[in-house]
Amino acid sequence: MTEDLKLWLVPLLPLIGAAINGLFGRRFKNSVVSMVALLFTALSFGWALRAVLLAPHIGTGLPYQQVLPFNWLDAGAFHVPFGFYLDQLSSIMVLVVTGVGFLIHIYAVGYMAHESGFYRFFAYLNLFMFFMLTLVLANNYLLMFVGWEGVGLASYLLIGFYFHKDSAANAGKKAFIVNRIGDFAFLIGMFLVLKNFGTLNYADVNAKLANLPPELGWGLLTAIGLLFLFGATGKSAQVPLYVWLPDAMEGPTPVSALIHAATMVTAGIYMIARSSAIFSRAPHALEVVALIGALTAIFAATMGLAQTDIKRVLAYSTVSQLGYMVLACGVAAYSAGIFHLMTHAFFKALLFLGAGSVIHAIGGEQDMRHMGGLRKQIPVTFWVMTVATFTIAGFPPLAGFFSKDEILWQTWNNSQALWLVGIVTAGLTSFYMFRLWFMTFFGESRLQSHGHHDSHGHADDHGHGGGVHESPWIMLAPLVLLAVLSAIGGFVGVPHALGGHNEIGEYLSKALTPAAIGTHAAEAIETAEHAGSSTELTFAAISVGVAALGFFMAWFLYYKRRELPGKIVARMHGIYLMVLHKYYIDEGYDQLFVKPLMWISKHVLWLFMDQKLIDGTINGAGAASQGIGGGLRQMQSGNIRSYAAWIAAGAAAVVAFMIWRGVHQ
Amino acid sequence: MVPLSWYLILSAVLFCLGVSAFLLKRNIITIFMAIELMLNAVNLSFIAFANYLGKLSGHVFVFFVMVVAAAEAAVGLAIIIAIYRTRETLNVDRVNLLKL
Repeated sequence: MTEDLKLWLVPLLPLIGAAINGLFGRRFKNSVVSMVALLFTALSFGWALRAVLLAPHIGTGLPYQQVLPFNWLDAGAFHVPFGFYLDQLSSIMVLVVTGVGFLIHIYAVGYMAHESGFYRFFAYLNLFMFFMLTLVLANNYLLMFVGWEGVGLASYLLIGFYFHKDSAANAGKKAFIVNRIGDFAFLIGMFLVLKNFGTLNYADVNAKLANLPPELGWGLLTAIGLLFLFGATGKSAQVPLYVWLPDAMEGPTPVSALIHAATMVTAGIYMIARSSAIFSRAPHALEVVALIGALTAIFAATMGLAQTDIKRVLAYSTVSQLGYMVLACGVAAYSAGIFHLMTHAFFKALLFLGAGSVIHAIGGEQDMRHMGGLRKQIPVTFWVMTVATFTIAGFPPLAGFFSKDEILWQTWNNSQALWLVGIVTAGLTSFYMFRLWFMTFFGESRLQSHGHHDSHGHADDHGHGGGVHESPWIMLAPLVLLAVLSAIGGFVGVPHALGGHNEIGEYLSKALTPAAIGTHAAEAIETAEHAGSSTELTFAAISVGVAALGFFMAWFLYYKRRELPGKIVARMHGIYLMVLHKYYIDEGYDQLFVKPLMWISKHVLWLFMDQKLIDGTINGAGAASQGIGGGLRQMQSGNIRSYAAWIAAGAAAVVAFMIWRGVHQ
Repeated sequence: MVPLSWYLILSAVLFCLGVSAFLLKRNIITIFMAIELMLNAVNLSFIAFANYLGKLSGHVFVFFVMVVAAAEAAVGLAIIIAIYRTRETLNVDRVNLLKL
């Protein structure tokens, strides 16, 4: 018997914060609002840390479950309780969410200081924390889905935080609607689980799955896996549903960092890893997962090449990195995926917050063509961004190197074609990240006068005059902390080949189901374990080499010979335009789905169904009774003799009828 | 012995006269008299049938009708007087509104 960990406190605390700020925040001073938000987030982090340290799975390896005595759903004999589940996987997730979340909350206090709707922002942010923690701590799929939808709501609210701006409001709607498509598939997958296993509880589902052989053909498990994958493509911005994430950058920068880089978008990866028992028994589903991940990784990386908005580059980079994580899950290296999820949370949050600090420093400008030479003016931001850039590019011994390398190594053993895609993506990532780095911090300043940025429409509304200035300490402190985490976070997963013990892989392996024996993925992992460390080292060297290549390309094109990119663009105008317009995917979706839907909504649903059918019926009923009434009104003229005539006519009619009846009988 | 049909024909003629007068005349007093005529036409057929069938119920009905007619006359005349006082006319075509 272990101690009562009161896991429910972890999500509940931010909810209390959200309630206080949301209900009474309007009357509070900004300092009180930020105190409340920070306090409850910090308490949540502390409680989560305590729970993780005390949890029995540290010793016994068994997950800790806590079921509250009331249910989320009662439907006949089927009950879904408020149950919480703490194993190795949710431990890592809950610490990442609360820890990074807390740092971003601190940063946001400084970043949002001059914004109106300060209390609203923090209420939403805490609400997000509540739902995200529900998502990762739930002990069944339905409660996870509650959190899943809740974070979608919080994301919608925060993307549309500057709701007076059309582009922001539209981006919020887009995110919400695109996510709904994925959610629908997730829901159907859940129904399939419920129908075939009779439960949604992870432990029960896994227990029932344990008796099943791997499904070598296409069948139920594959269907569930594919539906879950489609759900994940919505939340985790994979092909084909990634389109909402770049637009989501309309939200304030801390939101981009917290929700659209570090935590919420990783929910899909968490879900796949959580369902590892299903995926591991459905090799075909796994293949599709790997394919989608690799496709997303390279596709988003190429789109990142031509972007000029600093936040959009990071957005595409996020999509690309999420692709890596999905790829890792697809080769059944779930722990590598979760490891990358963790390091990504550190360095991508850092990149976004650093970008926010840059934007803050130069008064709201987001276009990298108008930056440059900021290295000397905002040195702290420059240094933390440097750490983050080198981390994401995959230079050892920073965190990104270990996690990305683990994924690439596992991929190589599974499929060399996928590995090639992965390594090319790594090169592209390195190139566009250093492009961002050189364009922002090196060369001469290309800053333009204030007021200009409004015409871009992407501005964060964040100008407050003055020259270039370093951000206040409250913004820099989280940056420095995250930089430290980005730098050393990888040491929990140093592979055996480099003399480490891959602690995180060992730790996570107890919560994850390895690929079923006899499938391709299992053989691949077997191969990886038996390959000599020299092979693994060679691959590590290759990926470092590719990262260095990206660095030199960026250095050459954006530092040494800055006239060259323009010439290359002129030479390859067609391709450049295609990349710049993101392969016209948005336009294609617009033509394929949005326009027809709008047409149907307008002409069928609105003009025909609503206006003609429903309104027509109701108005017709009204008009008919009015007409009949108007006719009958003529009978009641008030003229006594006409009343008498009606009575006489009626009496005559009755008499005539009775005579007629009499004649006919 | 006068046959029953004659009574009935007379009753019908009287009733139709009453109806026509009711519909054609504009003076309230005349209309009132037309109503009395119709009632008495009906009374006549009641009596004729009572005599023909040798039963008393027709007589009883006639008494009831007369009592009701008397009561109606009392109320009706009172209303007519009230109308004349307020509108200074007995033309029903000009009495087409309840309110003044």
